[in-house]
Amino acid sequence: MYQEVILDHYKHPHGRGLRDGQAEVHHVNPTCGDEITLRVRMDGSVIGDVSYEGQGCSISQASASVLNDLLVGKDLAEAQKIQETFLELMQSKGRIEPDDAMEEVLEDAVAFAGVSKYPARVKCALLSWMAWKDATAQALSEPSGSADASGGKTA
Amino acid sequence: MTSTSSAGRVPAGLLDTEAIRKDFPVLDRLVHDGKKLVYLDNAATSQKPRQVLDTLNEYYERHNANVHRGVHVLAEEATALYEGARDKVAAFINAPSRDEVIFTKNASESLNLVANMLGWADEPYRVDSDTEIVITEMEHHSNIVPWQLLSQRTGAKLKWFGLTDDGRLDLSDIEQIITEKTKIVSFVLVSNILGTVNPVEAIVRRAQDVGALVLIDASQAAPHMVLDVQALGADFVAFTGHKMLGPTGIGVLWGRQELLEDLPPFLGGGEMIETVSMHSSTYAPAPHKFEAGTPPIAQAVGLGAAVDYLSAIGMDRIAAHEHALTEYAVGRLLEVPSLRIIGPTTAEDRGAAISFTLGDIHPHDVGQVLDEQGIAVRVGHHCARPVCLRYGIPATTRASFYLYSTPAEVDALVEGLEQVRNFFG
Ligand SMILES: Cc1ncc(COP(=O)(O)O)c(C=O)c1O
Repeated sequence: MYQEVILDHYKHPHGRGLRDGQAEVHHVNPTCGDEITLRVRMDGSVIGDVSYEGQGCSISQASASVLNDLLVGKDLAEAQKIQETFLELMQSKGRIEPDDAMEEVLEDAVAFAGVSKYPARVKCALLSWMAWKDATAQALSEPSGSADASGGKTA
Repeated sequence: MTSTSSAGRVPAGLLDTEAIRKDFPVLDRLVHDGKKLVYLDNAATSQKPRQVLDTLNEYYERHNANVHRGVHVLAEEATALYEGARDKVAAFINAPSRDEVIFTKNASESLNLVANMLGWADEPYRVDSDTEIVITEMEHHSNIVPWQLLSQRTGAKLKWFGLTDDGRLDLSDIEQIITEKTKIVSFVLVSNILGTVNPVEAIVRRAQDVGALVLIDASQAAPHMVLDVQALGADFVAFTGHKMLGPTGIGVLWGRQELLEDLPPFLGGGEMIETVSMHSSTYAPAPHKFEAGTPPIAQAVGLGAAVDYLSAIGMDRIAAHEHALTEYAVGRLLEVPSLRIIGPTTAEDRGAAISFTLGDIHPHDVGQVLDEQGIAVRVGHHCARPVCLRYGIPATTRASFYLYSTPAEVDALVEGLEQVRNFFG
């Protein structure tokens, strides 16, 4: 389950820290106490930034790092497709063996395939992805312009 | 399982676990491609001996019927077995009367039952907006949330004892916390997250001085030590069957007889009535007044078998075994670099549940890597989130032992933690 890729992202997370955004959400995983605060900045229909702070297990934290890698700079429609593919993989109970097409879409995130066999850990892997979905919906319903998210800038 | 350990300090006072383990079929299980199961999640639920499993089977295969309402052979046998289980539990906790033993579905229901009774009760027991409820910061959520609900519904003030840095109750302000306004003090005898054994006498004495009732959550005590409700001096004692070798779906509330007579029922239904008309009903005497509907019959009978099993070994000997093992485990765990025990760091006034953190490694990751080696521990906040907040940690890893646990299993845990550290280090 703990692929080298996951440990790498856990030990050296990409894009961690809170930066500007139009929407901020805070999601928790009540069974284990994983937490994430995540901000989304949309530049038109392109995902300008996904920034985050959190604490939790290696799976939840590595997953946020992978999300940042995969989604920032993508067009929203493409990002949603990636999110749906990741969700499908994580809900597969270990039955999906990622093929080349899936790997093309998910890149490093295919390393989480093994996690889907552990129902207790699937929520950890999905935490940041659910937070991103929620924050994006909020950002899109914001009146245009960049109302700074509640917390403002954090270095 | 051998009883030699790499640390070479095998404690005295241990039970013959080799013999005991033969009674627990699941302990022979291999997991994850042939690894021996090391079950250290006993505070969550215990395993069940063959004797309990056989009793359950035999009940269903030979005696199954509804209780208290038939005149046929099976109904009489089922009733005798169910009521016989009540006798066994009453003896196990040294209750003055069998009628003081109420069967519920678990400890949570027992605790909720008392909270609800007190909300509906007449004076002098009634909890209302002029009164106060006292709990502690180390309660299981099952002994927090019912009181929050009661407080919200009645306007009563909810107060609690805080914790010291070494995981004990801070009773320094007991006179300010338990006052003339206090109607009920409800606290845990042995903490499921910290392992702390709480000083019952000091709390009961103060509660009695101000005329407050006392409810003790003995969920982590009944399985592990001699539980004598008369010696405790409380008014109510709650515990749960599945943590003491019994099946799930059966819990116990013991209450003093005169209180059970005075207090109103909570759930209405069959079994708990004397007569019913379309206008009103009168209630059966306790304990039936508090057992509405078909009870968990097989589960009660199974709990009776569990109590027989524990008594045959002796609760004092089980307590001594666990004490020795806890002392050994605390010592060995403290040797693990960057391990911090959350709770008392000695075996004094301490039960056999040990929570800890391991550097910055999240407990989920600790638990998962241990699981890969066949070692079952619990990770998370253990339904006692306020304790995690108190000590500034998101969660802990908890190893908890029972009468079949061995020093070799402690060693396996310590070795497992080494692997965790290598992996995430
Ligand atoms: C101290 C304590 N109180 C109450 C409970 C609740 O027991 P149950 O879930 O069986 O109602 C538990 C067990 O989880 C416990 O450890």
